[in-house]
Amino acid sequence: MGMTMTQKILAAHAGLTTVKAGQLINADLDIVLGNDITTPVAINEFNKAGFDGVFHKEKIAIVLDHFVPNKDIKSATQSKQCREFANKYDILNFFDVGQMGIEHALLPEKGIVTAGDCVIGADSHTCTYGALGAFSTGVGSTDMAAGMATGKAWFKVPAAIKFELTGKFGPMVSGKDLILHIIGMIGVDGALYRSMEFTGPGVANLTMDDRLCICNMAIEAGAKNGIFPVDEVTRSYMKGRGSRTPVEYAADPDAEYEKTYTIDLSTLVPTVSWPHLPENTHPASEGADIAIDQVVIGSCTNGRLEDMEAAYNILNGKKVAKGVRAIIIPGTMEVYKECILRGWTTAFIDAGCIVSTPTCGPCLGGYMGVLADGERCVSTTNRNFVGRMGHTGSEVYLASPATAAASAITGHITDPRTV
Amino acid sequence: MNAKGTVFKYPDNVDTDVIIPARYLNSQDGKELASHCMEDIDLEFAKKVNEGDIMVGGWNFGCGSSREHAPLAIKCSGISCVIAKSFARIFYRNSINIGLPILECEPAADAIEAGHTVTVDFDTGVIVDETTGQQFQGEPFPAFIQEIIKAGGLMKSIRKQ
Repeated sequence: MGMTMTQKILAAHAGLTTVKAGQLINADLDIVLGNDITTPVAINEFNKAGFDGVFHKEKIAIVLDHFVPNKDIKSATQSKQCREFANKYDILNFFDVGQMGIEHALLPEKGIVTAGDCVIGADSHTCTYGALGAFSTGVGSTDMAAGMATGKAWFKVPAAIKFELTGKFGPMVSGKDLILHIIGMIGVDGALYRSMEFTGPGVANLTMDDRLCICNMAIEAGAKNGIFPVDEVTRSYMKGRGSRTPVEYAADPDAEYEKTYTIDLSTLVPTVSWPHLPENTHPASEGADIAIDQVVIGSCTNGRLEDMEAAYNILNGKKVAKGVRAIIIPGTMEVYKECILRGWTTAFIDAGCIVSTPTCGPCLGGYMGVLADGERCVSTTNRNFVGRMGHTGSEVYLASPATAAASAITGHITDPRTV
Repeated sequence: MNAKGTVFKYPDNVDTDVIIPARYLNSQDGKELASHCMEDIDLEFAKKVNEGDIMVGGWNFGCGSSREHAPLAIKCSGISCVIAKSFARIFYRNSINIGLPILECEPAADAIEAGHTVTVDFDTGVIVDETTGQQFQGEPFPAFIQEIIKAGGLMKSIRKQ
């Protein structure tokens, strides 16, 4: 029996010629990642276990992104702990205010992760890097601590679900609409413990920003990872980024999949997840009666340049509706600067938006847009659980940047094709 | 190893944002995290929970963020075992790594009600609802994972190697 793309990467990193679903393996790691929330807990575990060195100073990445610039004294203390650890062990990929970005926007942009990698990150959205043809999955802080010390992690080799993509998106439809559609179709545990493998002729029509967004939300279907094949889009994205050497893996023709779904991209419409689960999907056009108080455009899901462009194309020359707060957060300093150079930041401000430096802030109800009781937000983030962005009586509607921008203008949930 | 306690019962898809809301993630202190555990869906939990009590959930328990603060908050609140129909994968890993016993058992999660007294035998995976007398067989851990648990968590098991 052949192997899936995920299984091939795992086998290679475990020093095995073949692996099969369900097998427990110990794999070598190319990158171990943490942020300002999860790294302090990992550092405590690392110290408690008595380790006095990391496995590789270039293969650990620590990104301060959740609560920076620090929102309070406790957050500042956590950042300080990360900073001191990074200094002590000479961690080369340490990103502080000024260089940081939202981790899953930053690592691909800098070329720190590449095709064929085996990556763990103490952040659930670490599955993002599957877009580059890497195996990449979220873990907890103790796994991060063990990874930093040994360069290894244990995995149960996942079974796979195949998503065969055909056709291309219509206007104003993007990777976000596809992944919300899939989660709506299979549910928040529809891919539990499995890898989501995207394939088919439609893949060539997806940009890298689309693919990063799609893999980012694989976890919202319960998946261990999401992964795309390596093609010209991937190669041209990776070119000139970082010094890592990509390794291309492809699924065997006789690889086993538990299920195959075929999706024609041309049939998709702008899609929104109603509260309080990402699987509660509706066409954006059904939201005309849902008045909103806030819009957030950004995050590890949708804070990349194409996301900013989609927002700009709708907001340029328009005004945000009275009573709506529109918060735009480019995902990295590079994206932030590019928005300024292209005049998009000016257009956002003229439209009545605020533009922040990179932070995860509002996505998890941290700061920079916390919601009060009864308030509604259309957000390009990834979770709409009870209380996710603030008060337990608030509501989050997940959408693409185009849908969020269109909704900001009208003051209610809006299909971007209508503005 | 055994657990015995009173049951707190929750529905499907209990996510880590309600287990421990992100507004408290500026702390790593187990006791402080425990004082806010479950508060967004159950304000009474932190006040009523006693050492040894048992949590029962539905499908996909612990979905969402990778925060280890979630199983830590549950463990530090005194919960001795979580029984659910299924667990989200990062929560499952984290629970093993920090030494919070968890068991998958669909019939038990269906039948056991809040307030019942339940005992769990971790070696055999047998769950008994003492209130009704019903007995259930939970899914025992694979040997590889049992070794991590026996060693006292992932870090200790690595140190042993």
